[in-house]
Amino acid sequence: MRTLRDLFAVRSRELPSPVAPGSAAVEAAGLSVRLGGRQVLDAVDLAAHAGEVVALVGPNGAGKSTLLAALAADLAPGSGEVLIGGRPATAWTAPELALRRSVLPQSAVLSFPFPVEDVVRMGRAPWAGTELEDEDDTAVAAAMAATEVTRFAARPFSELSGGERARVALARVLAQRAPLMLLDEPTAALDLRHQELVLRICRERAAAGDAVVVVLHDLGLAAAYADRVAVLHEGRIAVVGPPREIFDGELLGEVYRQPVEVFPHPRTGAPLVVPVRH
Amino acid sequence: MTTSYEERTGEPLSKEDPSGAADLKAAAPKSPRSKAFVLTAGLSLALLAGCLLSAAIGAYSIPIGDVLSSLQHRIGLGGQPLDRVGESVLWNVRLPRVVLALLVGASLGCAGALMQGVFGNPLAEPGVIGISAGAAVGAVASIALGLTFFGNWTITVFAFIAGLATVLLVYTLSRSGGRTEVVTLILTGIAVNAFAGALIGLFIFFADNAQITQITFWQLGSLSQATWPKVLAVLPCALAGLLIAPFYARKLDLLALGERPARHLGVDVERLRITLVLVVALLTAAAVAVAGIISFVGLLVPHLLRMANGPGHRFLVPGSALGGALVLVAGDLAARTVAAPAELPLGVLTALFGSPFFFWLLRRTRRKQGGWA
Repeated sequence: MRTLRDLFAVRSRELPSPVAPGSAAVEAAGLSVRLGGRQVLDAVDLAAHAGEVVALVGPNGAGKSTLLAALAADLAPGSGEVLIGGRPATAWTAPELALRRSVLPQSAVLSFPFPVEDVVRMGRAPWAGTELEDEDDTAVAAAMAATEVTRFAARPFSELSGGERARVALARVLAQRAPLMLLDEPTAALDLRHQELVLRICRERAAAGDAVVVVLHDLGLAAAYADRVAVLHEGRIAVVGPPREIFDGELLGEVYRQPVEVFPHPRTGAPLVVPVRH
Repeated sequence: MTTSYEERTGEPLSKEDPSGAADLKAAAPKSPRSKAFVLTAGLSLALLAGCLLSAAIGAYSIPIGDVLSSLQHRIGLGGQPLDRVGESVLWNVRLPRVVLALLVGASLGCAGALMQGVFGNPLAEPGVIGISAGAAVGAVASIALGLTFFGNWTITVFAFIAGLATVLLVYTLSRSGGRTEVVTLILTGIAVNAFAGALIGLFIFFADNAQITQITFWQLGSLSQATWPKVLAVLPCALAGLLIAPFYARKLDLLALGERPARHLGVDVERLRITLVLVVALLTAAAVAVAGIISFVGLLVPHLLRMANGPGHRFLVPGSALGGALVLVAGDLAARTVAAPAELPLGVLTALFGSPFFFWLLRRTRRKQGGWA
């Protein structure tokens, strides 16, 4: 079977070489995207380096998801460039890209009722036919354990609740074991415990040398877990940097059009962002 | 990294067993692989039995032992030829019909499974995007206009060309910005179906009585005009389609996640789509060309198999070919025996049993799975 598959392979894939800590896993330079006649991204520069968690925050419609899609090479930029693993995103084939970046979409859908374990195992598809295929079982089991979905491994995906589906989708992305993880609102459907769990997983992946870009709505989570936060405002990056340095009540109030107060957590010192309420 | 996940989550998984595979297998009620094996073996045996019965039973009855003996004789493994009439009935009437039923059934079943996978919709069917109707227009046109360019194969060739043209047309019309949206594709298929129906009506309006009889007979779907040349006409298309299809099974699984996630996992979605749409066109047009419109096989068989063994395409695609062949061999046997000496149109029979069963299936599956999505 393996030889048959090789026969039909058009060209062998180049496996990703280990990424040096601190080097850019993904890099956007002067990125502009127009969608439906609207300038969604305007001259955005952003990089995510191996070993760091970068959070994208901003109000609805600021361009967070579009930026993530552009970093994932889903969208062709109108101008500017996206480099993945040091090479233009358009220069990779789809199978090669799949070894280098994994993407968690905003909503997890499935047309057929596959069991949970099969869904997670789909994340291993890019490695089929490579020597890393041997890691399949380990990667699937570890990803399911990390996201706490092992309990319903045999249940059909369609029977799960929204939060459970979101965790299964994340497990699939983890099982892919790509050096760059792009997560679009991974915490949206989750309860308090699992929100923390997901962000801890992000930190662990970063500690293991991966680059993680994550779209978040909760500024508290971003402040607590991200190495750097990029605040998007009307298609531009208003400010980017470590949350303790850049989270500023005036700026956030203007971006979100909602007055906020920023103060340090009494124990950890991480910035807390709270809307001004009377 | 692995250990840190486990320490934190406290799941009882893979502390001792680093692969964790054993726990996962234990959690599953039945190993899907062995289930697939049992199903494949069962379907194959049933198909074999169906073929033998179909070759034996009819107006001129031939004992199964004699069928086997004659088969042995022809392939040079001993055995005895039958008497002249028996030999002629078996080899010129029954066997081409059985083989045609096999090929048409396998093509329709496989095409249905592929189509549902490509569109990510368990209700999609080759007929939905207008291939059947398109092929029908070609066949009806050749009958009504009295065209005979290709001798006996004229209807076949016209149906095939028209079917292929239709699917390419539908595909091109429903593409925008280099992508094909499923809803657009299916809606375009509906429009094409309506247009093809109008064309067929027009041809029937202008046809004479003899032609109308021929058209109606063909529209109802039947294998009664099976001959070896017809078998040969379908064989290349059907075999090509059936052999190519299983290579795309894993990619079809990934497509269930949606287009973008499939692309994130390394699938060239556009290429996969166009390849599979062509394979489906090949399979359906070939089947429709020789047997007329036989509905519900491509819808029903994959449904049943999905209920039995889950939606994984590695079993579903070849399994649907087997199941489709079984349904059509059994259906054809019933069509020519239940009302003997008269013969029911096969297409009418499959639709008669297929549609109520499909209703029941819909309700049951939906209830069990809590929805389609």
